[in-house]
Amino acid sequence: MQGRGGVRVVASDRTAAIVGIHEYPDRRVDGTSAMQIKARSAARALEDAGLGWRDVDALYDAGETAPGMAGAVMAEYFNLHPRVVDGTGVGGSSYEFHAAHALAAIREKKARVALLTYGSTAKSDAGRAGTAAPRGDRPTPAANMETPWGLTLIGSYALVAARHMHQYGTTAEELAEIAVTTRYHAMRNPEAVRALEALHFRDIREITAADVVASRMIADPLRLLDCCMVSDGGGAVVIADAEVARDARRRPVWLLGSGEAVGYPENGRDITVTAGAQSGPIAFAQAGLRPEDMDIAMIYDSFTITVMAILEDLGFCAKGEGGAYVAGGRLRFDRPGGPALNTDGGGLSSNHPGMRGLFLLIEAVRQLRGDSTSQVPDARYAVAHGNGGQLGTRHAASTIILGRD
Amino acid sequence: MTPDIEAVRPLPRFPEPDTEPFYARCREHRLSYQTCRKCGAIVFYPRSHCTRCTSTELMWHDSEGRGTIYSVTIMRQHGHPAFRARLPMAVALVDVDEGFRLLAEIVTDDPFSVHIGQPVTVAWITEGEVTLPGFTPVAES
Ligand SMILES: [Zn+2]
Repeated sequence: MQGRGGVRVVASDRTAAIVGIHEYPDRRVDGTSAMQIKARSAARALEDAGLGWRDVDALYDAGETAPGMAGAVMAEYFNLHPRVVDGTGVGGSSYEFHAAHALAAIREKKARVALLTYGSTAKSDAGRAGTAAPRGDRPTPAANMETPWGLTLIGSYALVAARHMHQYGTTAEELAEIAVTTRYHAMRNPEAVRALEALHFRDIREITAADVVASRMIADPLRLLDCCMVSDGGGAVVIADAEVARDARRRPVWLLGSGEAVGYPENGRDITVTAGAQSGPIAFAQAGLRPEDMDIAMIYDSFTITVMAILEDLGFCAKGEGGAYVAGGRLRFDRPGGPALNTDGGGLSSNHPGMRGLFLLIEAVRQLRGDSTSQVPDARYAVAHGNGGQLGTRHAASTIILGRD
Repeated sequence: MTPDIEAVRPLPRFPEPDTEPFYARCREHRLSYQTCRKCGAIVFYPRSHCTRCTSTELMWHDSEGRGTIYSVTIMRQHGHPAFRARLPMAVALVDVDEGFRLLAEIVTDDPFSVHIGQPVTVAWITEGEVTLPGFTPVAES
């Protein structure tokens, strides 16, 4: 994008930056609550920033531990008195929405230090309570139309994958390439390897497309290795204004652009197009950057098809050309020709306690600090794209563009 | 929950004023949709307002019950015992000829033959007091 007088306005906005991060190291907790994971992660992230609880004046919470009272319950638990409270809860994408809203609040000078936390004991809970989805107190029209058909979460994404294959000729091997790439990165991340062990993955090693295609079919056309893991876990992110960021312990990672969108069933809708087709261009335009400027692509990998469709919608390739785009290991951290994808190992092979969006921001920051276990040399720009809900029915998406000085 | 209740698929729950008239008509084996009296927009799933203009006056219509599979998955595993008993089970998005799309089970002895573009027709499924609009394949012309 060209600014006034032909000056490129790339990443000139230094309004708010991520200054503290923490990813809770365990993927299987025993006797630790989700609220404890949130608080311990917040403490570590504040230490990482060189800040304390008293510095926090904006609190962002998706309500995963206190539905209906998001923010208030956690403010009490943390003993905070924030001036900005935001309880946006849109599944796994919530944390990209939170980052976008924190950037806006800081720009408006309503806040200086924002705290985002996440905690989940999804794996432990599944062992106790079975796999039946909880049903809310009041029926909704959409639920009344859909729940009698028992469409599973995987089934919803499978509807998108089936349609993608039908419209564009995408193959199972092309989808598999995404799982191969994330596992390649996971095997270089000791915490991811420990996660795979704790969750009793069989045969923990790098995998091939043939391995993915040979794995058990769950909901045609998606197979076991097309699906993310279910773990416990959590983390925290601290976002601060420019003045605080200049004094932070580590190099600030600036929030350069954001976009938000939702997608839902509509008569005649093309379900291969995600909400990212709306949120992505808004975010890139605000940042004054293009997809090809990105060194790192942290894209919500609930399933392989999620990444394939979003890469297209963000403009890394044309719609329908994702299969050819990801081929040949293009998205590995040590290959040229494309951004490095999910260099922590992703939800497919490192960490997915249900709402993974926070980890997208965390690994993007690691890369732009130079701390990743699959480090891209001199990584300067990253995109973090959260996708929450169910792609085949209703979902929410937010795109965040990050950059360093 | 008792095993008896668990063996029944989750059913629509009422009161829910948007979908209650739809399911009342299903009991009469009428697959229904709405249009706006003012602008003619098709509204589906059922609502009490037009999703195109600001009208709140909608009309009900009966569909012929014929459509085409827009996308389909065959579920191989399920956490709910009622669905586990039906595996492998084809669930599809069906584009109905009158111009609306709905999610539905494709009732067939051969779920693996179900495919995108396949013509289907409504196949009513009765579960106690509730009648559900499933679909079943018809011969391709
Ligand atoms: Zn109207």
